[in-house]
Amino acid sequence: MPHSSPIPVDLLRFNTCGSVDDGKSTLIGRLLYDSKSLMEDQIEALERSADLTGGGQINLANLTDGLRAEREQGITIDVAYRYFATPRRKFIIADTPGHVQYTRNMVTGASTANHSILMVDARLGVIEQSRRHTCIASLLRIPHLVVAVNKMDLVGWSETRFHEIRNQFEDFLPRLDIKDVKFIPLSALNGDNVVDASPHTPWYSGPTLLGHLEGVHIGSDWNLDGFRFPVQWVNRPNRPQDPEWHDFRGVSGQISGGIVRVGQPVMVLPSGLKTTVQKIWTMDGPLTEAFCPASVTLQLEHDIDVSRGDTIVGLTTMPGVSSDLRARVAWMNTRPLQAGRKYFLKHTTQTVQAVVTSLENRLKIADFETEENPKELGVNDLGEIRVRTSRPLVFDSYSVNRLTGSFILIEPGTNQTVGAGMLFPPTEPIKPEYTDFAI
Amino acid sequence: MSTYHLDHLQYLETEAIHIMREVASEFERPALLFSGGKDSICLLRLAEKAFRPSDIPMPFLNVDTGHHFPELNTFRDARARELGGRLIVRKVEDAIASGIAIPNPGEVSRNRLQIPTLLAAIEEFRFDCAIGGARRDEEKARAKERFFSFRDSFGQWDPKNQRPEIWNLYNGRVNAGEHMRVFPLSNWTEMDVWEYIKRENLAVPTIYFSHRRECVRRQGQWLPVTSILPPKPSEEVRELVVRVRTIGDIISTGMIESPANTVDDILVEIAAARVTERGSRADDKASEAAMEDRKKQGYF
Repeated sequence: MPHSSPIPVDLLRFNTCGSVDDGKSTLIGRLLYDSKSLMEDQIEALERSADLTGGGQINLANLTDGLRAEREQGITIDVAYRYFATPRRKFIIADTPGHVQYTRNMVTGASTANHSILMVDARLGVIEQSRRHTCIASLLRIPHLVVAVNKMDLVGWSETRFHEIRNQFEDFLPRLDIKDVKFIPLSALNGDNVVDASPHTPWYSGPTLLGHLEGVHIGSDWNLDGFRFPVQWVNRPNRPQDPEWHDFRGVSGQISGGIVRVGQPVMVLPSGLKTTVQKIWTMDGPLTEAFCPASVTLQLEHDIDVSRGDTIVGLTTMPGVSSDLRARVAWMNTRPLQAGRKYFLKHTTQTVQAVVTSLENRLKIADFETEENPKELGVNDLGEIRVRTSRPLVFDSYSVNRLTGSFILIEPGTNQTVGAGMLFPPTEPIKPEYTDFAI
Repeated sequence: MSTYHLDHLQYLETEAIHIMREVASEFERPALLFSGGKDSICLLRLAEKAFRPSDIPMPFLNVDTGHHFPELNTFRDARARELGGRLIVRKVEDAIASGIAIPNPGEVSRNRLQIPTLLAAIEEFRFDCAIGGARRDEEKARAKERFFSFRDSFGQWDPKNQRPEIWNLYNGRVNAGEHMRVFPLSNWTEMDVWEYIKRENLAVPTIYFSHRRECVRRQGQWLPVTSILPPKPSEEVRELVVRVRTIGDIISTGMIESPANTVDDILVEIAAARVTERGSRADDKASEAAMEDRKKQGYF
């Protein structure tokens, strides 16, 4: 399935994070406003609300702060998604709130981003929230980060202040795992260095924020190495009279790693049954190969037992298969996580029962040191845990594959999503020759 | 490796197909909201892509306000038949007659009355999930909506207490009486929808294309003259060349003056547009939070 348009339109997904009042929503408003992505009725609505609540000044934050409570309190409560395009790229923005109690939304917004913008108030410099958000971006393995040093107008466009803040970051960045960090001095309120270069920063020679976002190279987000196909849905047309379809049996799903080709030998895990890919079926016609993250329907050579929750994999670069797992977890519920607690765990396309067998450590945001064997993980805590599941997971390390290396924990009863887990590498990947009992 | 790349429409498509299949797998009694409008036309194509060669494993549901454009209902019925789907229509006037929906004195608009009608249909068929075509780029409150949006036993949305939605791991667990609204087109823009209609060569109701129609000017909009919206004595009726950009009820949908006759014309028109799609919907202009307030009650 190669791309069909001559120049594929690139999609960049980024999230904005930072503390309350750092000006995230204002920055997004400014990006939209200055890149001419706003429509007249949106500008009119801004002007209307400016007269009502803003003392006559347009409040760009009102563009994204869509909920009553948000406008009343002048804060962002929930992740807001915004869409805009320039001739060079399409963008999806997740505006993630800064309140400490809303860190779960930061995780939500960041989990699908390939780029993060961290806002810092030039007057305040690095604060705990900056460290927390940088840390989350690192844990979620967002490869690119921009530190937007905002409100530079309020520190007299001081180059010295800008470098102080940069140094504060560079003190702790080596302890985190982020490949690419850029610093940009700007004023979201006045539009300096957002879309248009600022006359106030002759000492800064880098790109504007939009210039950077348009130009930053985003490698493939998707793992094209080991083939992974978590089965979502068994596709069996119930049409006994119809000779074309009465024998059709396919497994439908989204490829969550690698490439699949017709004729390729594959294995169904956790059962270990081997078979061959006979056809790659789509409504638009059969394919000879398909790759992550395409959604396809595979027809297999043998009529073997395979259903939702199973994962079909290629025979090279094998995943781990285990029900004893180690993971980093971001805890998002006010009821703390303690050893012995039971949850539903959703991983790829299966939901299993899980018990947290132990808490290994808790990350201290202040110094990025860990507290070993903590009694519990509270809301917004990050830490390492061990989990045992009622059925083995077919998984990869989160650092290798976001889709097969991640899970969520769901609290029984309330059905709330309470934790986000990122799996450590399997202690031993399954070896295809151990399971040589193909039909 | 550079050829292993999905363009942005293919990316949006695979994201939506994945969500459709999650719904089919995780819910016992899902339904797909189909109005015949452009967004739900895309939804049906995505459902075909997700489930063919099998049948689409859920019925289509539409709340008919009684104020629909007739072209829309004709299209809706024909498309559902063509796909071999089961179409369930529940009417606001029946809901009013049976006391499920109670109009305020003098309330002409059926917009608010769709809410109890929809919730009653969800209860009647014990649907635990309804897939809808809402997009986050339409409106500020919708920009905050999850793909899987939980509704309590009163059908209410609680925007301050939404489930975190992380990676592509959707939490579809609901207790009896609760349900989920699922929006596979969340990340699509108006432009994406029309580009997809073009790429997939999808038919759309004729009112999206330029035609002649008698209109009156009200509150800055051209509204179509019909038996339920007769001109006031003071109003001048003009015959204009118009089309709709978004379809609501016939009494509240502003017609835009446009010569756009083909999907390509529409794409050009949208690219140059200086107002948003919902700028022509009177129902959204009631207040800053008109959409949020309706969504909290159980609106689409």
